Amino acid sequence: MDRHRRRVGVALAGLVPMGFLGVFFAWPVASILARGLLVDGALDLGGFAEVFDSDRTWRIIGQTLAQSVAGTTLAVLLGVPGAYVLYRCRFPGRAVVRALVTVPFVLPTVVVGVAFRSLLVDGGALAFLDADGTFAAVVAALVFFNYAVVVRTVGAMWAHLDPRAEQAARALGASPARAFREVTLPALTPAIASAASLVFLFCATAFGTVLVLGGPAYGTVETEIWIQTTQFLDLRTAAVLSTVQLAVVTLSLTVSAWSRRRRETALRVQSDAETARPLRRADLPAVLVTAAVVLALLMAPLASLLAGSLRTPDGWGLHNFANLATSGQRSTAEPGLGVGLEVSVWQAALNSLRIAVDATWIAMVVGVLVCVLVTRRPHRPGARRALSVFDAVFMLPLGVSAVTVGFGFLITLDRPPLDLRSSVVLVPIAQAVVAVPLVIRTLLPVLRSIDERLREAAAVLGAGPARVFTAVDLPVLGRSLGLAVGFAFAVSLGEFGATSFLARPDRPTLPVVIFRLIGRPGADNLGMALAASVVLAAMTTLVIGLAERFRVHSAGAEV
Amino acid sequence: MFTTTIRTRRRPAARAAAALAAAALALTACSTIGDNEETSADSDSSAGTGGTPSGTVVLVTHDSFAVDKKLLADFEAESGLTVQTRAPGDAGTLVNQLVLTKESPLGDAVFGIDNSFASRALSADILQPYASPETPPPAAELAVDDSDRLTAVDYGDVCINIDRTWFAERDVPEPQTLEDLADPAYKDLLVVSNPATSSPGLAFLLATVDAFGTDGWLNYWAALRDNGVKVSDSWSDAYFVDFSGSQGKGPRPIVLSYASSPPFEADPEADEAPTRALLDTCFRQVEYAGVISGAENPEGAQALIDFMLSTRFQETIPNEMYMYPVSERAELPTAWARFGPLADKPFEVSADEIDANREEWIKQWTDTVVG
Amino acid sequence: MTGHDGATGSGLELREVAVTFGATTAVDDVSLCIEPAEVVALLGPSGCGKSTLLRAVAGLEPTDRGTVRWAGTDLRGVPVHRRGFGLLFQDGQLFPHRDVAGNVEFGLRMAGVKRAGRQARVGELLELVGLSGRGGRRVASLSGGEQQRVALARSLAPRPRLLLLDEPLSALDRGLRERLATDLREILRRTSTTALYVTHDHDEAFTIADRVGVMDHGRLLQIAPAEQLWRRPADEQVAQFLGYDWFVPASALGAARPRGAGPDDVLGLRPESLVVDADGPIIGLVVDRHRTRGGTGLLVHIDGIGTVGARAPGTAVPGPAARVRLRLEPAVTAVLPPA
Repeated sequence: MDRHRRRVGVALAGLVPMGFLGVFFAWPVASILARGLLVDGALDLGGFAEVFDSDRTWRIIGQTLAQSVAGTTLAVLLGVPGAYVLYRCRFPGRAVVRALVTVPFVLPTVVVGVAFRSLLVDGGALAFLDADGTFAAVVAALVFFNYAVVVRTVGAMWAHLDPRAEQAARALGASPARAFREVTLPALTPAIASAASLVFLFCATAFGTVLVLGGPAYGTVETEIWIQTTQFLDLRTAAVLSTVQLAVVTLSLTVSAWSRRRRETALRVQSDAETARPLRRADLPAVLVTAAVVLALLMAPLASLLAGSLRTPDGWGLHNFANLATSGQRSTAEPGLGVGLEVSVWQAALNSLRIAVDATWIAMVVGVLVCVLVTRRPHRPGARRALSVFDAVFMLPLGVSAVTVGFGFLITLDRPPLDLRSSVVLVPIAQAVVAVPLVIRTLLPVLRSIDERLREAAAVLGAGPARVFTAVDLPVLGRSLGLAVGFAFAVSLGEFGATSFLARPDRPTLPVVIFRLIGRPGADNLGMALAASVVLAAMTTLVIGLAERFRVHSAGAEV
Repeated sequence: MFTTTIRTRRRPAARAAAALAAAALALTACSTIGDNEETSADSDSSAGTGGTPSGTVVLVTHDSFAVDKKLLADFEAESGLTVQTRAPGDAGTLVNQLVLTKESPLGDAVFGIDNSFASRALSADILQPYASPETPPPAAELAVDDSDRLTAVDYGDVCINIDRTWFAERDVPEPQTLEDLADPAYKDLLVVSNPATSSPGLAFLLATVDAFGTDGWLNYWAALRDNGVKVSDSWSDAYFVDFSGSQGKGPRPIVLSYASSPPFEADPEADEAPTRALLDTCFRQVEYAGVISGAENPEGAQALIDFMLSTRFQETIPNEMYMYPVSERAELPTAWARFGPLADKPFEVSADEIDANREEWIKQWTDTVVG
Repeated sequence: MTGHDGATGSGLELREVAVTFGATTAVDDVSLCIEPAEVVALLGPSGCGKSTLLRAVAGLEPTDRGTVRWAGTDLRGVPVHRRGFGLLFQDGQLFPHRDVAGNVEFGLRMAGVKRAGRQARVGELLELVGLSGRGGRRVASLSGGEQQRVALARSLAPRPRLLLLDEPLSALDRGLRERLATDLREILRRTSTTALYVTHDHDEAFTIADRVGVMDHGRLLQIAPAEQLWRRPADEQVAQFLGYDWFVPASALGAARPRGAGPDDVLGLRPESLVVDADGPIIGLVVDRHRTRGGTGLLVHIDGIGTVGARAPGTAVPGPAARVRLRLEPAVTAVLPPA
């Protein structure tokens, strides 16, 4: 009886995320790929030969890989010291810096592109670098967007790491660098591998960043899919390229899973204990690297953004911010020029927040269920193998083009009972699909580091599976849950690809409005777009800052 | 909690479920999913069977569509229709999505199919004929064919814009023609947008095809390339970052934009705008509306098209969508009349020709310009 | 509490239990009974399957064959948290986010015991393990020995039907281990706890358990009361694991053969089994010598036996090549049946 109930419970916990991913990702994507690869019901692989026959295809694949590898490597190299300074050291203003670091991650690429390029073009503050339209600019932008992914994913783990292992190594005569390399780094490897795989996926599927900063010379698989699908309706070529993309993504996930598994041992973690300590002299190199990255790479474009938002035709001022409330629309009776927005920027901001709330709780429910399932250790080897690919499957949405998913939605979720095409629920769901991988990647390393025997101890003392989770997993997750919530929220706030397909014009999100504003000539429109981006950045900073403070108190503390 | 002291034993699962439910309730208060207004109410109510339109009409359009809110509300009140819009992307995305969803149409009416995608829409048979009684005479001249499936609503010209101040300050004569752009005197001054990713980019490509013929246009682009043309990904990028005449104060004084752009840079009090469209370099874009095949509410769609052709709607087009109204009865904003004249003889390529060659031309363009 | 009534099916009963991991058999057809209030220790080298067996009893590992019964009831399908067993790990596995009292009362909360009842029981147990008044301490601030005491209190608090102890003392230093082993023995006796104790340390096993089982390669080689196991191991493998390094035919000692050993029996010798004694009946030649705690260790060659270890009291002992007389210490000599 009991055993049955337990099985049913596990099955349900697995079915919810699987169903979610199946209906809102696998089915739409499979359908759109089928349109491209099936001719009269038969598989037609002729497209592969055609596409692979072209030199351009290979160049694009090469460029995609080159920029992803370079972007990932640099983001990890710079992000690990950042994670140390921001999660292992204590200093005034740390919370603000942590939140600021996340801002780039949510800004719409089109705005960031403008901000970045304004610095790089002739006459810009960084024109001397002569980097406009170069590979270096693309990579710098990729790092700009993804630095936060490394800092947060690695930081979440590092904050939990028992410092005594490193102390022991130091006592045994290891220099700080040596102790880091031989003790701390191996312990962090799962988190670093997690972060690297995420960043790689983001880089490999980067769309706007590459187009804006690289110009047409830097096509990637993602941009090709977008062009083939939305402009040429060449679903055959798009399907071939999507398959290539899936293959690259699967490969990178396999590599990362392999490198994680090698290190996947129970680490000693401390749950609530504050492991951070004040800055010391020895931290100087890490602090310098982090300060340089934060100031030069992250803050310079943001500052250029802020400056742009304060610049008006008549000098400096808050004119652009004042315009945000007017829905950008001057009276049409006036012979002036206006902006065709359906709603004011503030309303769009409110929409964004509400949609983000939904996307976040959906992503958290699905993500936590996946993590819990993946960290259980079933006895049957088959079940164990199934679980080992389970979490990787949830990473796939990051590696599949938003266009593919968006078009897939249109041809699958088009009939009752799932005619969701005009439904408001589709936007948060689509955003949650993208946020779930980040939730999983934030929580999983922490959950995996819990000694299985701690759960066993609770079970032996009479705690059922649900109770084991609330008594053991949840308190250890503690602050990481806050991080995951913040991450999911940030993803939702910044998501543009899928949202632009699905958002109803009368309920646009902030990035959608920004995109529309910057698509119009006129100083006011550019100014408003930049001001709206500043609002988006401020909202993100605030939400992340709050989420960082959020903690799940030990469930056993109540009566 | 008082109750907990009385009840010694509560099932943890039940407690967790209760907490979740409470959290969900709290969240829905500030979420969209919990907010059902309109969505459920009007998704079922479809067309009336008789001649008078009623119910909901769904307009599928591109992401630049905008309408004056009050005007739309008036229309809804008068017609008894509720208008819902869906804007799934740019003009190309729009047509391609309609083609894909032919079996289960996205909506009733479509607006925003332009002449570069018109042929695809017609040949894919996603529209049904409708000859609006409201069609103003010039609109008929812009028709793609005589099947009445696409009704022109607005149009505009994609033209090279120049920063007049830049040229005046340097005493360099302003360029006038396409040929001038390849002149070494204007080396490294032009920025255009990518035809593969931006609609004005494609329009300009088409202008060169018309100007230099199918054998000559690539040579022209090779000359532009050798003269240092810069290609940006999008219009906004080219206009706001690279162009010297916009707020962005970029380095290049010649940019690909619209005939309607100079009014936005002009001081309403001034006599002249600081930027100017070169009217001998323009390609004409026309935007069409139509009734979608298999529409649930064709009457509503027809009423909506009538509305878009009405003078009151047409007059709002410049301010809302930066295009010129097809109706001659519609009055232009004064700034447009003063600073934004259209080309007399814009370049044109037939819709059929565009549809047949778009992909190949873009590929050839990419090979020539990007390499 | 059940007494020593010894009725069948009143305690733990394992019948031909097997646990496999893929191709490896960790536990190989082990049968074993534990009477109520009895403490049984399982002794064996690491990797012998003793911990796996313990986890199978707890319900943490599924069994491939055989039955685990408690009081006659088959436990198959009963999940871990419904078995009512306690488990004590080598390193405590205290919940790091709860204080000492919070850890101890955890099982009571799971059982739905009211707050007042919990408080009383926590106080009682903290006193039992010698940590009275430390309920509010953070577990991270405790020493290793204290942590293990808390873990013991935590596992005893819900009055488990059976306490499973998995090398509970092996992470501690030697002095502490010996002291805690005695305390543990005392606590288990006083609370009449039925217990299965897994260890690789002989002293611990003999200190704590009523009966001791020796496991190797997943099989239970012998289980017997401590004294019997010590004196009469079933075979050389068991004896070797207990520290008997040399095996000689009893007949080789002639008259010096201990009482109770037949001429065909085999004697298991430890270094303490032979002691230098001027009146001893056995003559040996010193091969090597080294200092030990409280004496000197020798290697001696005895004709007809070979080279074996021996002890000499004090430090003034003959060096290599000297002849010594030795006597056999029957209390530390094992008698094995003929091979």
